[in-house]
Amino acid sequence: MTERGINKGRRRFLVGATSVIGAVGMVGVAVPFVASWQPSARARAAAAPVQADISKLHPGQRMTVEWRGRPVWIIRRTPEMIARTETVATERLADPDSNHPQQPAYVQGALRSIKPEVGVLIGLCTHFGCSPLYRPEPDAQADSNDDWSGGFFCPCHGSRFDLAGRVYTGMPAPTNLEVPPYHYLNDTIIVVGEDKEAV
Amino acid sequence: MKQYVMALFLWLLPMTAMAQEEARNVTSMSPDLQDSASLQNGLKLYVNYCLGCHTLSYQRFSRTADDLGIPEALMKDSVMFSSSLSFNDAMHNALSDGDAAQWWGAAPPDLSLTTRLRGVDWVYSFLLGFYRDPARPTGVNNTVYESVAMPNVLEPLQGVQELDCRQARPLALGGGGRCQQLSVTAPGELSPDAFEKAVYDITNFLAYVGEPSRLKAQNIGPKVLFFIFVFSVFAYLLKREYWKDVR
Amino acid sequence: MAAPEKPGGLLGWLDARFPVSRLWRDHLANYYVPKNLNIWYIFGSLALLVLVNQLLTGIWLTMSYRPSPEEAFASIEYIMRDVEWGWLIRYLHTTGASALFIVVYLHMFRGLLYGSYKAPRELVWVFGMALYLILMAEAFMGYLLPWGQMSYWGAQVITSFFSAVPSIGPGLAEWVRGDYVVSGATLNRFFALHVIALPLVILGLVVLHIVALHEVGSNNPDGIEINALKDDAGKPVDGIPFHPYYTVKDLVGVAIFLFVFCGVVFYFPEGGGFFIEQPNFAPADPLNTPDHIAPVWYFTPFYAILRGVNFSLLGLDARFLGVVFMGGAIAVLFVLPWLDRSPVRSMRYKGWMSKLMLAVFIASFVALGVLGVLPPTPVRTRLAQLFTVLYFAYFLLMPLYTRLEKNRPVPKRVTG
Repeated sequence: MTERGINKGRRRFLVGATSVIGAVGMVGVAVPFVASWQPSARARAAAAPVQADISKLHPGQRMTVEWRGRPVWIIRRTPEMIARTETVATERLADPDSNHPQQPAYVQGALRSIKPEVGVLIGLCTHFGCSPLYRPEPDAQADSNDDWSGGFFCPCHGSRFDLAGRVYTGMPAPTNLEVPPYHYLNDTIIVVGEDKEAV
Repeated sequence: MKQYVMALFLWLLPMTAMAQEEARNVTSMSPDLQDSASLQNGLKLYVNYCLGCHTLSYQRFSRTADDLGIPEALMKDSVMFSSSLSFNDAMHNALSDGDAAQWWGAAPPDLSLTTRLRGVDWVYSFLLGFYRDPARPTGVNNTVYESVAMPNVLEPLQGVQELDCRQARPLALGGGGRCQQLSVTAPGELSPDAFEKAVYDITNFLAYVGEPSRLKAQNIGPKVLFFIFVFSVFAYLLKREYWKDVR
Repeated sequence: MAAPEKPGGLLGWLDARFPVSRLWRDHLANYYVPKNLNIWYIFGSLALLVLVNQLLTGIWLTMSYRPSPEEAFASIEYIMRDVEWGWLIRYLHTTGASALFIVVYLHMFRGLLYGSYKAPRELVWVFGMALYLILMAEAFMGYLLPWGQMSYWGAQVITSFFSAVPSIGPGLAEWVRGDYVVSGATLNRFFALHVIALPLVILGLVVLHIVALHEVGSNNPDGIEINALKDDAGKPVDGIPFHPYYTVKDLVGVAIFLFVFCGVVFYFPEGGGFFIEQPNFAPADPLNTPDHIAPVWYFTPFYAILRGVNFSLLGLDARFLGVVFMGGAIAVLFVLPWLDRSPVRSMRYKGWMSKLMLAVFIASFVALGVLGVLPPTPVRTRLAQLFTVLYFAYFLLMPLYTRLEKNRPVPKRVTG
């Protein structure tokens, strides 16, 4: 070995350039491995929109359909339930006007639905993903010391939502229940998982 | 004990006989996956003439539409005949294996991987190789697949083809001295050239279905190789620089 | 080079608790390697590279693969079509398997050529052979997993080898399979061995192989010890530190290798039917053996030896004898360091007999490999027998010809 005639600059440049290209290559190699954790074509196929027939859904009742592996609730609200939901004191709700983007743009107002009497919600608590219980009547539960006007109650951490899925203040859940994209194919068929424009 | 011996024998012995059977001359074709017009035509023909019996159970309608550049609406209208299938489903048909086995004696195989199993040349030659043979229940036989159970579904396009050995020179015979000279005796909708093109398109489509990732590989391959080439140039310069130290 | 100072900061903190700097010095910066290593010395690094590729892609494949007879074949197509980039990860794995054997065979040939197995490197060679043996088991078990026709019948035949053992054979084969034929039970245990047990063994053996090598240092094309001649500072005169000189040199080899490897992955993943065999595109059918059937190319030399034995000897039937010969062909590699009695290591200075025998051996190995791919005919079986004899002659006559032959004088310093 000899120290004579070493071009330090050239050497540093080549080390740098080779390292940078090598690092880019490593990132390139990582891309397929990381991307392969994305939902596969099969998972995406299973995530297709689902249709729900609500003709047999009686007022006050709730039905559950599965969309992308998650429970989607469809509830038919009675006029009394609608009135109760619309008259919840707004200061008791965390986001009464649904400012958080937890619903499609075409779902507005206190009831957060296309038709007032039919509510569509993703049945997973926005806290840590448990599925809340359906408690449509004003509360008579022992564990509730306030006058809750009925809705959904999460058994995991006690979050409460009204019949439009709006979360009460002071609950562990930060935001209202999510409303999935949906539209009416006709009066009795709801398509969950797809906006009307997409059709 | 016996079945192990049998297994070993099966593994060891029959190769020669099998090799001869497969050695019949097949016409070669080379698929062109960049030719989307050919692939689309192949899809159309496949759906009209083949899909009724032969599923493509690993291939989704949606993937096919994406890769071949067919809009979803068009795919739904002109390719997906069964309303029970959705766009993301595999390319199935309405036929049950039991019915099919009863009609033809064997369930028509799924063709998702047929070009990889048998090779494109075989599929191409098979589709071109039907000829009239009154001795067969289907009325046809095949030059690459003796006593095939499948009828010649492409006959309306091809016309009736017959073995014609009078003109065949002995050297033009296929393997084993069999007569391979085919000629169309009653024309179909397509001229022989146009029919060969149609069969090419079907085979090309099946080659795509056998390995849809080939399109992606052809797309990324050159970039990856170019990148490695650039890297190797720098690596070589680096090596040469450091090895100046070594006497 | 100055004596290493005590570093501060994070490295100092680490060094006080874990020998980071020492490992770096002992195995890279101050690990002295002969300066005359040629192209044949790239394949060890490449084997490590391909092994890492196999581990990574293999782990990723298990995320989508399903080891059951009903689902295995379809789950491979699921990986090839539905999983994002699944096709690339699988082709990297299938091509990597063949690449690993190509690289390992060339690596072993280098050992034969320059006498790298001779004292004091016997253990390096023995660990390497153990690696090769486990690698074959790993490859064989991995080949069952796609549950195609070749997977199934290959496994059926190879597990039948056990049934050739006299008296306990049939029971042994059933024990290996966990069933009367290759079945779901076989698939599940092969899966467990392929993805967990054997990779652990391989990694352990790689560590042993490298530790043993670094203890005695690399051999070189001249087969002389660079440590025999040191300068005033105690550094081998003909040695250079592994890092940076061989790291940058190996980098060039890695780049060239990757170019070829990726070329295959992207354009010829089936490797002309040798890397992925055509019949494996049909799902396993326990009732029908496919028309063309041959083991994957890296097994064919041994397969040809097995098939060539069509006679019985010493009361052993041909079937068992074939398995014995095949096993012997691998076992004899382990004792190679004690068969070579030559005073010199490298083929450069060995006599003509060693050179001739090595050439004959390589020719026999390649010829057996070709014969193993082809369907057997009486002539080919005779040829296989001939090449089997030559294969063994290389090893068994080695104590004779290495002692008898006249060697050329070995230089004191390494040559170019």
